[in-house]
Amino acid sequence: MASQNGADAAFAIELKGISKAFGPVQANRDINIAVPQGTIHGIIGENGAGKSTLMSILYGFYKADAGQIFVNGQLTLIPDSQSAIRAGIGMVFQHFKLVQNFTVLENIILGVEDGPLLNTSLAKARKELERLARDYDLEVDPDALIEDLSVGHQQRVEILKALYRQAEILILDEPTGVLTPDEADHLFRILKGLKEQGKTVILITHKLREIMEATDNVSVMRRGTMVATVKTDETSPEALAELMVGRKVLLEVDKGTAKPGDVVLKVEDLRVRDEHKVERLKGVSFDIRAGEILGIAGVAGNGQTELLEALGGMIRATGKITMNGQDLPLQGKGSDGQSRRRAGIAHVPEDRHHHGLILDFTAWENIAFGYFNDPDYQKNALFMDNAAIKADTAQKMEKFDVRPPIPTLAAKSFSGGNQQKIVVAREMEQSPALLLIGQPTRGVDIGAIEFIHNQIIALRDAGAAVLLVSVELDEIMSLSDRIAVMFDGKLMGFRDPETTNERELGLLMAGMTGKEEAA
Amino acid sequence: MDYGSLLQILDSTLRLATPLLLACIAGLYSERAGVFDIGLEGKMLVAAMASGAVAASGMTLVFSIPYASTEIVLVSPVVFGLLAGILASLLFALLHAVTSITFRGNQLIAGVALNFLASGLTVLVAQSLFGQGGRTPPLEGNARFNPINLPFADAVKDVPVIGPFYHEVISGHSILVYAAFAIVAVTWWVMYRTRFGLRLRGVGENPAAVDTAGVSVKGLRFSAVMITGVLCGLAGAYMATALQAGFGKEMTAGRGYIALAALIFAKWRPVQAMYACLLFGFFQALALRPDVVESVVRIKVPVPFLDALPYLLTVFVLAGFVGKAIPPRAGGEPYVKER
Repeated sequence: MASQNGADAAFAIELKGISKAFGPVQANRDINIAVPQGTIHGIIGENGAGKSTLMSILYGFYKADAGQIFVNGQLTLIPDSQSAIRAGIGMVFQHFKLVQNFTVLENIILGVEDGPLLNTSLAKARKELERLARDYDLEVDPDALIEDLSVGHQQRVEILKALYRQAEILILDEPTGVLTPDEADHLFRILKGLKEQGKTVILITHKLREIMEATDNVSVMRRGTMVATVKTDETSPEALAELMVGRKVLLEVDKGTAKPGDVVLKVEDLRVRDEHKVERLKGVSFDIRAGEILGIAGVAGNGQTELLEALGGMIRATGKITMNGQDLPLQGKGSDGQSRRRAGIAHVPEDRHHHGLILDFTAWENIAFGYFNDPDYQKNALFMDNAAIKADTAQKMEKFDVRPPIPTLAAKSFSGGNQQKIVVAREMEQSPALLLIGQPTRGVDIGAIEFIHNQIIALRDAGAAVLLVSVELDEIMSLSDRIAVMFDGKLMGFRDPETTNERELGLLMAGMTGKEEAA
Repeated sequence: MDYGSLLQILDSTLRLATPLLLACIAGLYSERAGVFDIGLEGKMLVAAMASGAVAASGMTLVFSIPYASTEIVLVSPVVFGLLAGILASLLFALLHAVTSITFRGNQLIAGVALNFLASGLTVLVAQSLFGQGGRTPPLEGNARFNPINLPFADAVKDVPVIGPFYHEVISGHSILVYAAFAIVAVTWWVMYRTRFGLRLRGVGENPAAVDTAGVSVKGLRFSAVMITGVLCGLAGAYMATALQAGFGKEMTAGRGYIALAALIFAKWRPVQAMYACLLFGFFQALALRPDVVESVVRIKVPVPFLDALPYLLTVFVLAGFVGKAIPPRAGGEPYVKER
């Protein structure tokens, strides 16, 4: 333990009494944490628990209101990112800070050039990069443009950037959110390699599995405070979840077997081109039965968004879709969202901030979106019945446990999980024959995740067909009755969640079919 | 059309392309750093007025040799005029920078406001100083940038084809014309071979990347906008002291906007910007020689149509007929630090 006046040099990072408030919101309250050198230290907590704020203070993005930072036992002031870099701290952000049309090399040297001219810096960086690639299993083409690289490779560039700046302490903020399982495994191998070389890694995540897999110690944050720091092999996912949420949480989804009925939606050879005439959906065919959840797994950007938007009537498509035996138009008249809703298709879009809600509008106004013409919402031929909408909203908020249950509050004033509950309540309460739901729990707390999952199951049990799109493989595996994997605009095949595993799905997500693997 | 007329048109092309080129490269610095600048026009206009006014005042710095009645002119009025033009344009650039970088105002609106301000202010000041209906007095002698004859211009004049080309087209322009083309080369080198250029391009594409690398986004954008100010100052001063002899109301006549169109045409690259400006300059030069156009196309082309050509081309470019031009990704957006 640290001595009274200083700090123990065995700790790469030691924070003492860190507090930070944004206006009335106390984001960090008297945080103490000690990260031993040469370890992988996990920081886990729900959204808004203050993990990112804490790391931003450590990287010089925010200034703490109170508290001290010790780096390798030295009291260190970190007023800006430059000081953090000098102190040997590197950060890999969730959203990469890369210049898309620069090469890997140019991105690496940006800000740490050796002189006013680039030639020498580039040559030096190229050599150094070769060494780092050898030492840490971080292969990247130094002359590739960032925009041509996969997300996994872009992340490697971020790690290389930090290492090039001689970082001894590497912070990674939600690093696996954009990776395939294979890429994530590779990342963890890299992190273990870094640890073996004596570097210290701080891993921020909300995924319990990653914590259990990769870390030596784990600190749990809840509502701005540090509630516990424990050795990873002395704890369990259940115990961590309870620390995060403050109550017992059921991690496994409790669902009965499906009783599939008739085919509700039949999709044949569905194709979508984007504005650059590039085909994003390359002939997708499947059907969903009543009382069944079909999960679409895949890395973001492989056509899942286009699939949801085409079915939801947001974009034009070609092919054929049949709902309960009736053709639905894919372009022109009758292919809009309004008509789809009338046909019994409800849609919880992937991006709730852009397509699910108008953040500046109140909760009750948002509840009416897409259902303005609902007879219950009309006072007479001219006017809407606002009072009825508000009453209806209050009812839905209560049923879906939206907090605070105030219909007149602006949508932006709710937390991510409660915003999502508003969207889910609006769509599910219409008792749709088919529910399209994209990333149902993105940016949603564990407690709300449990709730939304249960609602999806309840809707299925009530006889609705559900098309679930998610990049979270855990979510797909635990909710779906059937799993289809999407890659490059095509379905790679269907799997039964009972008999498949993450490795098989991961290979499909990377575009490798079983045959190729065998070959 | 004879060779002589062609050479004359090419000669005019260079002269007329120069202010466009200076303004276009000026815009390139600012926009590559992520600050859209629709106020090139205004900056050129104030620079033209300031340089015209100061050059007309005859301000000269001389060195008198003691005990002799000879004086050596150290700084002639036109140089003072040039400095005044740069200063005026810098002042406007500073306004633009403070509004759109420090206070994160809308870059386009700030630019439009500067254009309006320049349009009224220049005439007002010129009128109150000289009382000649908003013009500055005509400039002559060392109050103007005069043509420079390049070495051997006269000697090679009689060499077939190349000789007249060198003598008529390349030689005999003011120093600012040569400076403009030199600036293109320098700009290419700065943008692609120096640390400053790398950071400048980075800040226009993804300021967060530059910020997290520990480099000041505001500092970079300020320097870029200041360089824009200097180059617009050169463009404006060239208009009043070289292309013409004095400032006249709205004398830039939309060249700031044409420069912007050329910049988009060139997809924000310096060498391509030079070609684009030469093309626009060529169209402007054609309007000066309707007789030549007529002899080539063999129908009578109305002069107003020729006058309108560069502007039509501008509309054509801005409407996106030249293919998709992708502007710097962070262009137009004030940078707000966020996680």
